[in-house]
Amino acid sequence: MSEKIPVTVLTGYLGAGKTTLLNRILTEDHGKKFAVIVNEFGEAGIDGDLVVGADEEVFEMNNGCICCTVRGDLIRILDGLMKRKGKFDAIIVETTGLADPAPVAQTFFVDQDVGDATRLDAVVTVTDAKWLKDRLKDAPEAKNQIAFADVIILNKTDLVTPEELAEVEAAIRAINPYARLEKAERCNVEIAALLDRKAFDLDRILDIEPDFLEAGHHHHHAEDVRSISLTVPGDVDPEKFMPWINDIAQIQGPNILRSKGILAFKDEPRRFVFQGVHMILDGDLQRDWKPGERRESRLVFIGRGLNENELRKGFEACAA
Amino acid sequence: MNTTAAQPVSLREHVVPIAAEAHVVAARWLKQGLVLALADGRVLRWRDGAADTVEAHAGGILCAVGDGERIVSGGDDGRIVATRIAGAPEELARDPKRRWVDAIALSPAGHLAWNTGKTVSARDEKGRVRILEAASTPQGLVFAPKGYRLAIAQMNGVSLWYPNTEAKPEFLEWKGSHLDVAWSPDGRFIVSSMQENALHGWKLGDRPGHMRMTGYPAKPRSLSWSHDGLWLASSGADGAIVWPFQGEGPQGKAPRECGVRRARVTRVAFHPAALVLAIGYDDGCILLVRLTDGSELLVRPAARDSGISAFAWDQAGKRLAFGAEDGAAGVLTLPG
Repeated sequence: MSEKIPVTVLTGYLGAGKTTLLNRILTEDHGKKFAVIVNEFGEAGIDGDLVVGADEEVFEMNNGCICCTVRGDLIRILDGLMKRKGKFDAIIVETTGLADPAPVAQTFFVDQDVGDATRLDAVVTVTDAKWLKDRLKDAPEAKNQIAFADVIILNKTDLVTPEELAEVEAAIRAINPYARLEKAERCNVEIAALLDRKAFDLDRILDIEPDFLEAGHHHHHAEDVRSISLTVPGDVDPEKFMPWINDIAQIQGPNILRSKGILAFKDEPRRFVFQGVHMILDGDLQRDWKPGERRESRLVFIGRGLNENELRKGFEACAA
Repeated sequence: MNTTAAQPVSLREHVVPIAAEAHVVAARWLKQGLVLALADGRVLRWRDGAADTVEAHAGGILCAVGDGERIVSGGDDGRIVATRIAGAPEELARDPKRRWVDAIALSPAGHLAWNTGKTVSARDEKGRVRILEAASTPQGLVFAPKGYRLAIAQMNGVSLWYPNTEAKPEFLEWKGSHLDVAWSPDGRFIVSSMQENALHGWKLGDRPGHMRMTGYPAKPRSLSWSHDGLWLASSGADGAIVWPFQGEGPQGKAPRECGVRRARVTRVAFHPAALVLAIGYDDGCILLVRLTDGSELLVRPAARDSGISAFAWDQAGKRLAFGAEDGAAGVLTLPG
């Protein structure tokens, strides 16, 4: 089987700078050829041979899983693009400012043909330093896009004071402390920093430490979307953990945007790693715990209205 | 025939290879020769071993249908183009927004239909075009075997549209995403392939009914009716799944499984006059299987990265053309 084509999902609220970034990716000389799937009603000004208009047709899978929504248009377009392998090295999917990134991400896990030919590389969210705080108040989509991101570009930093910048950064970190944050003016980020992140690759979930220095410094002001990090300081019992995490995914799946975990299973020399999008969990035994590496079990949930105490008690009850 | 693990009898020496050099989207026999629609926008024309190619689309070809005179292709350049065995391709329509043409259909009477995004266009034999806005982007189109009526596979069902009337299309509802659509030769059944690795069927007429055909490990994206209309073959499993459509249809009946191998069936095509099925697999193998006794003939052995993507029998049933995703193609001429 030939190498899977990486797909980067580009989200961001209207006017944050997605189009600027897309144009840079398409015009700069970085030695890669892209196929770009843009939303038809989005901002104009993207053109090229392999630019495809999409309609964001979200549908619910007929499999009894209520939050298992996928993008039908994406399945169709990727199928068409795959007939021309060799014409491009990577694919970028732009979503509208109002779009929920979940159906896009779920498409890669639910559709077998898409999953066989491509891999979701990362969700990149472009945000606007000047207006993000307002959007977080009035637009739930903006919050979702931050919560979902693997890479966040904090754009237009030249339009705010250092104090305002610190404030907006804190607001982002309160929702998602795990994404890589790139500050930018006019989207002047290194393109290479956005691509080939392998954020959904289990082998690359090496660490789920927050990506900022003052770890542990949580902002407990009333954010409805936030991250919860849980630790069991030793092994967990897979006989208890697997049913528990499956129950959590089934019952709280609609509220959990992303989840990740690295677990030490009793009597198992290898680390168990999983990641999830809403109800869809993808996990596997990975490399051995290294000598001297502390065997501990950690989980991260990013979601809306999650009950931290309940999750913590449930996880702690899985301890071996 | 003996169904032990013996190698099937081979027809390999009766196959003439064709180098198409791009993913073969569709194959059609015209009166004077074979045409292959290719994913890089070219159409390859083949007459008794001599081949030429012509650029029908600037980008790629996404879908194609044909009759005895021409192949009609839809491209990612938003154009509908007719290509004959000789001469330059002829543009029949063009979408000003350059939207993809995902699906195309042609009737024996010369009616043509295609989509650009959610817009479905139907063009009658005199060239008059009627437009329908579908609720979601159609992925499959097929004309009724008789009359000017179009089935449109889309999200949550299949629409049946009379393009020459103002009547609202009839909507056959079934939750989920419907991909390809096939209409039985007697006009009584409509079958769609679905995102959920299943076929869904509707019995039309006075006593309409649903038929669920499930259990596929992959999406059944290739459908073919037998010449007598009594069987529907489908891809999507490790053998061709052939459903019986005698009487009330396949509901409650078990399908036949033909040519089961350790590979996935990607294309199926019934012979135009006999109960013989051509089966193409994702590992490049092609078998001919006789439905009556399950006997198998090998047309092409497995070939790496050369999954079968297109089939076409000629009208007489003497020759089978095939194409593969790596640009390999060929013609089998049946001996005798």
